Amino acid sequence: MDFTWLTNTFYLGYLWEGFVNTMLLVAISGSLGLALAVLLALGRIAGKRPLQLLIRGFTTTIRGTPLLVQLFFFYDGVGRVLTQFPGVRDTFMWPVLREAFFYGALAFTISVGAYASEVIRGAMLSVPSGELEAARAFGMSRFKIIWRIWLPHAIQICLPTLTGELILLLKSVPLVSTIAVMDLLKAANIVRDETFLVYEPLLLIAGIYIALTLILTFGMRIVEHNFPGVRPAASRRGVLALLTGTRRA
Amino acid sequence: MQSYGQEGVLDWAGPLLQGALVTLEIGLSAYVIGLLLGLVGATAKLSGWRPLRATATAYTTLVRAIPELLLIILLYYAGTQALNALLHEFGVKGSVEISGFVAAVGVLAFVQGAYMTEVIRGAIVAIPRGHIEAADAYGMSRPLRFRRIVLPEMLPNALPGLNNLWLILVKDTALVSVVGFQELFFTAQQAAASTRSYFVFYTAAGALYLLMTLASNALFTRAERHVRRGQPGT
Repeated sequence: MDFTWLTNTFYLGYLWEGFVNTMLLVAISGSLGLALAVLLALGRIAGKRPLQLLIRGFTTTIRGTPLLVQLFFFYDGVGRVLTQFPGVRDTFMWPVLREAFFYGALAFTISVGAYASEVIRGAMLSVPSGELEAARAFGMSRFKIIWRIWLPHAIQICLPTLTGELILLLKSVPLVSTIAVMDLLKAANIVRDETFLVYEPLLLIAGIYIALTLILTFGMRIVEHNFPGVRPAASRRGVLALLTGTRRA
Repeated sequence: MQSYGQEGVLDWAGPLLQGALVTLEIGLSAYVIGLLLGLVGATAKLSGWRPLRATATAYTTLVRAIPELLLIILLYYAGTQALNALLHEFGVKGSVEISGFVAAVGVLAFVQGAYMTEVIRGAIVAIPRGHIEAADAYGMSRPLRFRRIVLPEMLPNALPGLNNLWLILVKDTALVSVVGFQELFFTAQQAAASTRSYFVFYTAAGALYLLMTLASNALFTRAERHVRRGQPGT
């Protein structure tokens, strides 16, 4: 095991940049993805029939194809088509649109949106209908019912599952190294190419990922504990079970 | 007239389907091996011997906490070297080339096995204790008890998880394209690069994956109905 390359500031710079980009991707795609998920779930439950079918087709497609393929679809497919449009290069969006990072964030946001929307939809359907009827009896508007009663209770129900989704998002970030985004894996690959070390850089970022998973898990556990209305017993689970969570197809 | 580099999009239909077949092959092989690993892992986790239990826990925890792509790259290189080192220990001279197929299947199965362990362990734990004791009281041997009692009682609990894992595996096979193994997505990337029709080929690859996941979902639903026959309320 040779870790002397860690004293090289160039390599440390790569690793830091990779770490920052990884965190940025999780933060951006996590928050936008959850927002998208809520919209999709609402559309699936309360939308008109054609909208429901559309959303169902969308989530089935996203959940039924590899994320790697989606990433290349957006980056190589949509990205290239977009740059061929005449005016695109002149718009204010161009500095964003030419970055691979943008397509990574886009693909992850859509993926999180599709997976989490099924989770949130299930939770919304399991909110007791009496609560919604009571809200209606109070004369709340439709929007207010959703905002004040339905969503908060639904999210409270599925919060541990959403934590799992967030960890899965973190674990899929290395995929962006294939579309030339500087994430931790990309940084490790650069070090590997330049130092001819096969494992050490990979083992280091494996360690970083384990640490990040742990931190994220504990952070979310604090959120779960302090979420309004959560019974303490509901979120008291083993650390190992929380760390790894369950995977979904 | 033949012009260089102007391959038609349709010329790639054959290779793409061939790639889909390879994807199914590595998927199925990794699934079967993963299933066996899962059975071994679950037995280890449920065993009374502490070191065995700890090893199995370390295996499932580590594999599930490290990103799949990272794990696949690590095992792909490390696995080959470790095998060669092992063979040297036993006095075999020279080095073996592991074929891409074996490496891809091995790596995917190793990852899959960790998740399988959890699914199978959970399904076995859900069997009422009394049923196992009753089997013992009848003097059933362990293999007979497994075949007649544990397996049929475990399957309805395990099948949704097994379905889930198969879908994950089909999608994870795309990851071995990163280490240069020629399966469906690798072929699609080649096709896209050589014809410059990126949009078409990534959509086609996506459609083929979707076809596989939807078809296997239907099969698993039928299988679940079969193993749940005789159970109330399904």
